[in-house]
Amino acid sequence: MTDSQNIVRMQGISKSFPGVVALENVDFSLRKGEVHALIGENGAGKSTLIKVLTGVEHPDAGSIELDGNLVQVRSPQHSQEIGISTVYQEVNLCTNISVAENIMLGHEPRRFGSIDWKRMNILANQAVKRLDVDIDVTQPLGNFSVAIQQMVAIARSLEIASAKILILDEPTSSLDVNETNQLFDVVRKLKGEGLGIIFITHFLDQVYQISDRITVLRNGKLVGAYDTASLSRMELISKMLGRSLTELDGVSKARLESEQKKDKQLLLEAKGLGLKGSLEPFDFELNANEVVGVAGLLGSGRTEMANLIFGIDTPDTGSLTIRGKKINRFSPLESLENGIALCPEDRKAEGVVGDLTIRENIILALQARYGWFKFISTQKQYEIAQKYIQLLEIITPSPDQLVKYLSGGNQQKVILARWLATDPEVLILDEPTRGIDVGAKAEIQKLVLKLAEEGKSIIFISSELEEIKRTSHRIVVLRDHKKAAEYPGNVDDHTIIQTMAGIL
Amino acid sequence: MKNNIPLLKRIRESRLLWPLIAWVLILVFDAIVEPGFFKLGIIEDPVYGKHLYGNLVDIFNNGAPLMLVAIGMTLVIATGGIDLSVGAVIAISAAMGAVLINPALGNKLITNDILTKNATNTPLPIIVLADIAAGTLCGLWNGLLVSKARIPPIVATLILMVAGRGIAQLITNGQIMTIYYTPYFWFGNGYILGLPVSIYIVAVVMLLGWILVRKTAIGLFIESVGINAKSTYFSGINEQNVKLLTYAFCGLCGAIAGLILSSYVHSADGNNNGLNYELDAILAVVMGGTSLMGGRFSMLASVIGAVVIWTFTVTVYSMGVPANALLAAKAVLVMAVILLYSDYSRSLITRLFERRRGSQHGTTN
Repeated sequence: MTDSQNIVRMQGISKSFPGVVALENVDFSLRKGEVHALIGENGAGKSTLIKVLTGVEHPDAGSIELDGNLVQVRSPQHSQEIGISTVYQEVNLCTNISVAENIMLGHEPRRFGSIDWKRMNILANQAVKRLDVDIDVTQPLGNFSVAIQQMVAIARSLEIASAKILILDEPTSSLDVNETNQLFDVVRKLKGEGLGIIFITHFLDQVYQISDRITVLRNGKLVGAYDTASLSRMELISKMLGRSLTELDGVSKARLESEQKKDKQLLLEAKGLGLKGSLEPFDFELNANEVVGVAGLLGSGRTEMANLIFGIDTPDTGSLTIRGKKINRFSPLESLENGIALCPEDRKAEGVVGDLTIRENIILALQARYGWFKFISTQKQYEIAQKYIQLLEIITPSPDQLVKYLSGGNQQKVILARWLATDPEVLILDEPTRGIDVGAKAEIQKLVLKLAEEGKSIIFISSELEEIKRTSHRIVVLRDHKKAAEYPGNVDDHTIIQTMAGIL
Repeated sequence: MKNNIPLLKRIRESRLLWPLIAWVLILVFDAIVEPGFFKLGIIEDPVYGKHLYGNLVDIFNNGAPLMLVAIGMTLVIATGGIDLSVGAVIAISAAMGAVLINPALGNKLITNDILTKNATNTPLPIIVLADIAAGTLCGLWNGLLVSKARIPPIVATLILMVAGRGIAQLITNGQIMTIYYTPYFWFGNGYILGLPVSIYIVAVVMLLGWILVRKTAIGLFIESVGINAKSTYFSGINEQNVKLLTYAFCGLCGAIAGLILSSYVHSADGNNNGLNYELDAILAVVMGGTSLMGGRFSMLASVIGAVVIWTFTVTVYSMGVPANALLAAKAVLVMAVILLYSDYSRSLITRLFERRRGSQHGTTN
């Protein structure tokens, strides 16, 4: 391959943030008419690399060549001017104005100083036609599906400048299969027109479906660039994780082993517990050393169940007992004192305190238990933080790092550490692996089983069936804000899915 | 871990740096424009004996009430709240003191002779305690509205900001009350070892406040609430009580400020005691680098902020600017602060620092 085929060539790119090296001497090249997947776990440096290319961040070192000419991308606007267009995960368009306005916003054709609406609609129509999308551009954007909105975003980014490069940053995360295929048709068409396309995703299926080459990053370093056809899926995953897949298999084995050891000892019991408008009265039992999975579709009442047991919401019917003791007052502090912990679903809003350090975040719940005046000494705080940083393998240069600078998986571990430090008996994990990468997922699943083995009881809420099945001894299925069924851990997927869908 | 951070970097990231720079700038200006500004002397006072006098002493003595209010305001702002009522709390506290001192209190027959007598029927400790209790109650009221009733802080404290001056006037029966009781004057005019009493009061409150927030978990909880109240609540911390405490403490600080202020001016005036103090206090806190969004805070930095405001005020007065033009001059200060503290100028200065360090050492740390 000669250099002349490369539209973009990034060489030796390095970028550091306070306390974190985000990119270290990374090379990346994109050819004309190829779809190039950029792959890596969270925190691998994918988004930083894209930010450098689009001028959001300026590299500390390294060079960028565009069509063989050295360029310095000064700002996102500048990157658009030189032909780099980006479509982000969340559609950042206005749903309340028309498709045409969205596409042409800021570049409206003018006639005698005012907007030439007729021409604008014609131009917008041409823009969507180019993508083989047939829609009425005068309709408000909100009338269309997310997939169409995504394509309108692409149309807009192509319209703004004559783009040579299109960056798709997790465009499919909110699309269903048909919509994704629709999007990929567009991508193939643009590829045929000679555009270079950078495709970022967590879905490996899609990588193999659409990409020609793959660049893998890990911990801010380049692992390598490969032709998709010659890299097997197993190889790809092990390159992403830097370790073999046998670890993932180990998870389910550990579950089976811990199941055999289990002797039933009732720990937590809910009888007819419910709250109007939140969750209909349900019965629930949790034994010592047990992992109970909670499955259900979005909005089926999973988080509501967690909030009721943890005391965020106060139930209006039924009773909750732990170790035979009835709980009368419902609040997080009360739960904390009763040995119940919750890692909430919304990590950012309800979990981490971003501007506090890792150390402060970890000791927060323990300190809450001790009260205002029994202050944990700084030295002791460091000891506790250090212990959990090692135990949970939290990747950070120091316990004094602000939590907001950590990747999603590491933030999740910090919240887990916060609760483990209080030595709870019941641990409610609400979507603990959401938005974190394969490797961290497996780690957290293994951790869950390890904790169960060490005597903790765990309520594991997840929207990923596979993950629930891998970890849980029993599975509770919720549907439409009520408990639909309960199954042993070895139930088949089909039964669970049918229950979730309301067929069973 | 903690001590590996280079000294220069620690100084640069210290919250005290910016208000100190602002202070030094004003002092340098004074040194150039007003050669006599720093003159200190010792004077013999008939009541309080020998003591220091000069502009610098005035800055600290007159600035003491604002420093106190700034200390309290820091904690409130750190929780993400704000207290607009501190000026009114100062007035209530002052009125409370004046009424209790008034020798006519409880007397049926009131003559001018009684009113101007240098005596009181209430013991001084009771007067002081009543002052402080009144202010703390005001703070608790604000705290209850904010934490339990969940009224936005700016609205909740606006209630007392408006009503408070009315309450102060109710207490004094609508009169401006002159105080004729020498022992009470000690707080605002007295001296210990040649330095104003008010400075010692600020030091004690500062120390107590520091112990309260840094030697217990309260400081951590305040910062945590200010950064993310929901996460804090989910961690088992009663964020309502944390907020309640900060407003009560702020009320307490306002009360002590009112005590000093009424003692200094020998009177209680419901309309004018502590006028605009809430705004000056907020400015002092902002200068101290505590974000109005809440989170990390430094009470000492806010105190330095208050010193800057009073240094500026004394400078303006000593240059002969009439008192009624002070607000216009202050606007210049506010503008300078806002510009200096903007993200833009901060990143500019940080880059300057880094460039110099880079050229000196070639490497980072």
